[in-house]
Amino acid sequence: MTEKKEAPPKKESKSKPVILESGIEVKPVYGPDDVKDIDYQKDIGNPGEFPFTRGIHPLMYRSRPYTMRQYAGFGTPAETNERFKYLISQGQNALNVAFSLHSQMGIDSDDALAEGEVGRVGMAVDTLRDFEVAFDGIPIDKISASLTINGSAAIMIAMYLAMAEKRGVKLGEVRGNAQNDILKEYVGRGTWIFPVEPSLRLIADTIEYCSKFAPKYYPVSVCGYHIRESGANPVQEIGYGFCIARAYIRLVMERGLHPDDFVGRFSFNFDIHGNIFEQVSKFRAARRLWARIIRDEFGCKNPDSMQLKMIAGGGGGGLTIEEPENNIVRGAYYGLISALSGTQTMALCSYDEAFTIPSKKAALISLRTMQMLIDEMGLGDTVDPMAGSYYVEWLTSEFERRITEFIKKVDGEGGMVKLVANGTVQRDVSRQAYLLEKKLQSGEFVKVGVNKYRQEGPAEEHEVEMHEYDPKAARIKKDELRKLKSERDGKAVRTALDKLREAARGKENLMPFIMEAVKTYATVAEMTNAMKEVFGTFKEPVNL
Amino acid sequence: MLVAKPGLDGHDVGAKVIVHALRDAGMEVIYTGLHQTVEQIVAAALQEDVDVIGLSILSGAHLPITEKLMEKLREQKMEDVLVVVGGNIPKRDFAKLKSMGVSEIFPTSSRFENIAEFIRKKVVQ
Repeated sequence: MTEKKEAPPKKESKSKPVILESGIEVKPVYGPDDVKDIDYQKDIGNPGEFPFTRGIHPLMYRSRPYTMRQYAGFGTPAETNERFKYLISQGQNALNVAFSLHSQMGIDSDDALAEGEVGRVGMAVDTLRDFEVAFDGIPIDKISASLTINGSAAIMIAMYLAMAEKRGVKLGEVRGNAQNDILKEYVGRGTWIFPVEPSLRLIADTIEYCSKFAPKYYPVSVCGYHIRESGANPVQEIGYGFCIARAYIRLVMERGLHPDDFVGRFSFNFDIHGNIFEQVSKFRAARRLWARIIRDEFGCKNPDSMQLKMIAGGGGGGLTIEEPENNIVRGAYYGLISALSGTQTMALCSYDEAFTIPSKKAALISLRTMQMLIDEMGLGDTVDPMAGSYYVEWLTSEFERRITEFIKKVDGEGGMVKLVANGTVQRDVSRQAYLLEKKLQSGEFVKVGVNKYRQEGPAEEHEVEMHEYDPKAARIKKDELRKLKSERDGKAVRTALDKLREAARGKENLMPFIMEAVKTYATVAEMTNAMKEVFGTFKEPVNL
Repeated sequence: MLVAKPGLDGHDVGAKVIVHALRDAGMEVIYTGLHQTVEQIVAAALQEDVDVIGLSILSGAHLPITEKLMEKLREQKMEDVLVVVGGNIPKRDFAKLKSMGVSEIFPTSSRFENIAEFIRKKVVQ
C-alpha cells in the first residue's frame, strides 16, 4: 500500500459529537476496555439461557425462523379473507388482522358514527359471523392470527375463541394473540372506549380467563411501538412498555394468580426505525432487563415467564411521503435490524403506508423483504451475530442502565397507571414529538430526501398506486347486519346482554359473559353499550 | 385557533405537535382531543369564538368529514371562520377540498413557519 500524504486526522475533540436519539453519546472507536465489566455468563448468557440477551431459544432461527405477519385487512370480512389467502399463498405464515376504526371503537357498521369509515383502514366486524367469514378456509391450527385490537379487545378475543370452537378446535388448543394493550392506547393510537379503571379490569379479565381456559393464547401484546410512534425515544419506548406490562402483572396478581401462571403468555410489540446499532442494542438490552425484572421483582421461577417474546418491525414513523420508493430501502433495513435483534415475529410497514393502507403490490414487497433476509442473505444462519462486538455489547449495557433509570423515574412519579390517567405521559411524549419535528425541520436530525438532498418541484408529485376505499363495503355490511339481526334468536341476545350488564356492575370476570353474548350473535356495539351503561366512557385529559 | 380531531381516527401526534408549534409562534390554540363529531367541533368553535379551525385527519376520510364541517359552518352562519386541513391528504384531493371552501391544506411534514405565516396573514386580512 502506498502511504497517502494527507493532512493529519482531526483530533477527536474537534469532531462533532454523535448523539443517538436516546441521548447516548457514541465514541468513534470501541475496544476491549469498553466491555471489561461485562460478564458473559451473568450479563449475556448463551442463547436460550438466562438472561436471554442473545435470544430466547438455543438455536433461534435455525430451529424457529421468525414468523412473517404483515398487517392486513380492509373492507368486508370476505375481502379480507381473500387478502389473507393471497398473503398465505405467497409464503406468509401468520396473520395480523387490521380492524375498521368503528369496530375498534365498539361501533357497528350501521351507526351514523361509522359513516365513511366502514372497512376503510381494516375489516369491519359486527358479529361472530364476520370472524367465521374472515377465517373461512384458513388453517387456524397452523396459521396463528394476531388481532390488532384494543378498546374492544375482550369482545374480539371472545369472537376469535368462539369461531375456533365452532371449527372444532378445543379452547385449550387455540393459538393466536391479541394486542389488548389499553394503557398505550391512551398515549398513542387512541382507540379507547371506557375509563381507565374498567378498561384495566377487562385487560385483567382476558389475561385471567386465557390463563385458565385458553392457555396457548397470548392475550396481551404490550406495545412500546405506538408510544415511540407518538414521540418517545428508544429508551423510553422500552421503559414505558415495561412499566405497562408490570402494571398488568400486578393487576392479575391481585386476583390471586402467580406471575408464573400467566406472564409466559405476554408478548411485546416494538418499533424499528432510526439508527441500526441503537435498535439492535435496544432489543438485546430489553430481553436481558425483562428477564431480570421477572425473576427479581416478581419472583418467577419458570424460564418461559422470563423470556421476552416480541414482534418487531413496522417502522411507520421512519417512512416518508417524500420519494416514497425510498421506503422500500428503509423497510429492508428495518427488517435486517429485526432479524439481527432476534425477534420472534416480523412485520414491516409497506412503502406506501405514508399515503394509504398497503396495496397488494406493496404488501408483497414487504413480505419478500422478510423472505430474502432469511432465505437469501443468511440472517437465519447463526444466532445473535452481533454478540461480542465491542460497540454493540457496550451499547446494550448502556441501554439496560438507562431503561432501568427511566423505569425508576416513572415509578417515582406515581407509576404508569396514574401518569396515563392524568395525561402526564401524553403531554411529555407529545412535547418530545414536537421537539423532534423541530429538529427535522431545522435539519439537525437528518432524513434523506426530506431535509437533505430534497428534490423541489415536480419530483414532489409522487406516483403511488393507491389502495382505493370502496364505499360498497358499508352497504354490504349494513345489509348483512340487518339480515343477521332478523334471523338470530332475539330473546337469547337480550338475555345474554342483560347478564353481561349485570356482571359489569359486580366484580366477576366478564369474559364468560362476553363469550356467551358473542355466541348469540350479539353485535360489537350491543356488547360495548351494555358495558358503557355501567362503565361510562373515558374523558381524555387534554393538558398539552 | 381550534385544532380538532374529527371522527374515529386516533392519529393525534400531528395535531398535538401543531398545537405546540403554533403556541410557540404566539397564537392562542385550543385542542379538542380525539373522537369529535363535526357538531361538537362547530359548537366548540362557536363557544371559543375562534378565527381558525384546523382539522387533522389521517384516516383517509378527509373529504366526507370536511364537506360536513363546511355545511355546518354555513348553517351556523360561521362562513368567516378560516378552515385549514392537515394530515394524510393526497395532492389530488387538494382541489376538491378548496372547492368546498378550505383555505389551505397542510399535508404531513409541512413546515411550521409556513403554517403559522399563512394563518397569521389570513387572520389579519
